[in-house]
Amino acid sequence: MAAHKLIIIGGGPAGLSAAVAAVDAGLAPEDILVLERDSEPGGILNQCIHAGFGLHRFGEELTGPEYSGRYIAMARERGIPILCNAMVLSLTDDRRVTFVSPETGYTTVDAEAVILAMGCRERTRGALGIPGTRPSGVYTAGCAQRYINIEGYMPGRRVVILGSGDIGLIMARRMTLEGAKVLAVCEIMPYSGGLARNIVQCLDDFGIPLKLSHTVVQIHGRDRVEGVTVAAVDEANGRRPIPGTEEYFACDTLLLSVGLIPENELTRGAGITLDRMTNGASVNQFRETSAPGIYACGNVLHVHDLVDYVSEEADTAGRAAAARILGNAAPVVRSVKLTTGHGIRYTVPERIDLAEEPEDVRIFFRVTDVFKKVRLTVETAAGAILVNKAKSAAAPGEMESLTIPAAKLREVLASGTEEILVKLTETGGDKS
Amino acid sequence: MTTKELTCVVCPAGCRITVTLNDASAIESIEGYTCLRGKTYAANEVTHPVRTLTSTVPVMTAEGKKMLPVRTNAGIPRESLFEAMKIVRATAVKAPVHTGDILVADFIEPGTNLIACKDFE
Repeated sequence: MAAHKLIIIGGGPAGLSAAVAAVDAGLAPEDILVLERDSEPGGILNQCIHAGFGLHRFGEELTGPEYSGRYIAMARERGIPILCNAMVLSLTDDRRVTFVSPETGYTTVDAEAVILAMGCRERTRGALGIPGTRPSGVYTAGCAQRYINIEGYMPGRRVVILGSGDIGLIMARRMTLEGAKVLAVCEIMPYSGGLARNIVQCLDDFGIPLKLSHTVVQIHGRDRVEGVTVAAVDEANGRRPIPGTEEYFACDTLLLSVGLIPENELTRGAGITLDRMTNGASVNQFRETSAPGIYACGNVLHVHDLVDYVSEEADTAGRAAAARILGNAAPVVRSVKLTTGHGIRYTVPERIDLAEEPEDVRIFFRVTDVFKKVRLTVETAAGAILVNKAKSAAAPGEMESLTIPAAKLREVLASGTEEILVKLTETGGDKS
Repeated sequence: MTTKELTCVVCPAGCRITVTLNDASAIESIEGYTCLRGKTYAANEVTHPVRTLTSTVPVMTAEGKKMLPVRTNAGIPRESLFEAMKIVRATAVKAPVHTGDILVADFIEPGTNLIACKDFE
């Protein structure tokens, strides 16, 4: 049986970034193997041809392929082996990885550390239960994106988009520029889950209406989509469609941009503890899961809105995996649990494993609603404030972060606190 | 006098900003912004909105036709996006092509280029 010190599952931005960070932390490149399911590395960024990636990492606005291209180049410069067309079949909690690939056949490897970087996938029609017929022409937004940007096919001409997540908004613009007519984007929530910049540059620029608190209630057509019925939903009544508000749109295509699900079948198979809110593994600040030596980073851990943060998170996991293999990780003295208070949906990490000499820890989290004028606070169970900041606005679509300084963590260690609370306080102005 | 309504994209607050232009299309007043960055954004957006255009063009490689992602290396006027797409649609290249290669020089505006965003050997 072959042995590799570090196996990284997934060769997208998270996997590549983790591999590069592991080498830069002292691990020999030949001790690493990156397993990629697609025929080329780069992950979903290969099809994300729009600009806006890399403002934090590289200080410039790159397209997806350019951003992944830089990480592919960094991995190649370091001589990190990437095996493409390799599909991982199973993972165990003692880090035995089984995969198939045309080059290696059916292969089992025992690793000293594993980094999960499988990304996420889209929710489909089945998850929504939209009534109607089952014609062709119903695509997830990312599927249509792949058809147009990688395969060079146009999936339709008259389009309705359900869900105002960023991929849906980006595809509204892309299909419009390619000559399609995008009739409307429907969003069941009273606010969009997409970035304000995308609403302006993908919808407003082209006069595409955004119908908030609306959803698709029926799909029509036998072989191909012929139209969809859209209705307003009642906020006060469980977002049920309001009778009498139905509107028919004749169209040949319905795109769904209704959420992303971290792809954690392997994680589940290994018996690793998952978090109910993120649908990703529950991790400490090094992104180590409940299985020692197995780390998770990127969209498989929680869905990010910026790839720059994926790379940052992957660096953390890559360095920690290298430290474990090289035997220079600081021993853990005590674990502190992070809990979510008012207005906070989830935090990553969920626990902080404190060493004798703690380092700064950056907490990522999402808020539960659209707020104006808030204070975000991290405090101990006894109410001692570790870090806080005021924000003029916060929304579920934009990930927030706070860094707990090492000095404060030393105080936490000394105080014996077992829980740290992350919370949001509204400091004036109306909730909108 | 004309007024233009826009949503600020500088931060998640998404302030609704109203810009009033006089008959010479000069800015008369800007209202609704809550920070200076928002005011600057609104002024630029109303007088000269620009966008980076991204698209794909076919590239012939040893393994057949693939799609090459492309973009403008600077913002082009928002109103020229569809005109720009006509040029993109008439563009095709042959491998080898590398990230940053200029595919169409002086694209829409002098000094702006359409460049490749991926390597095909």
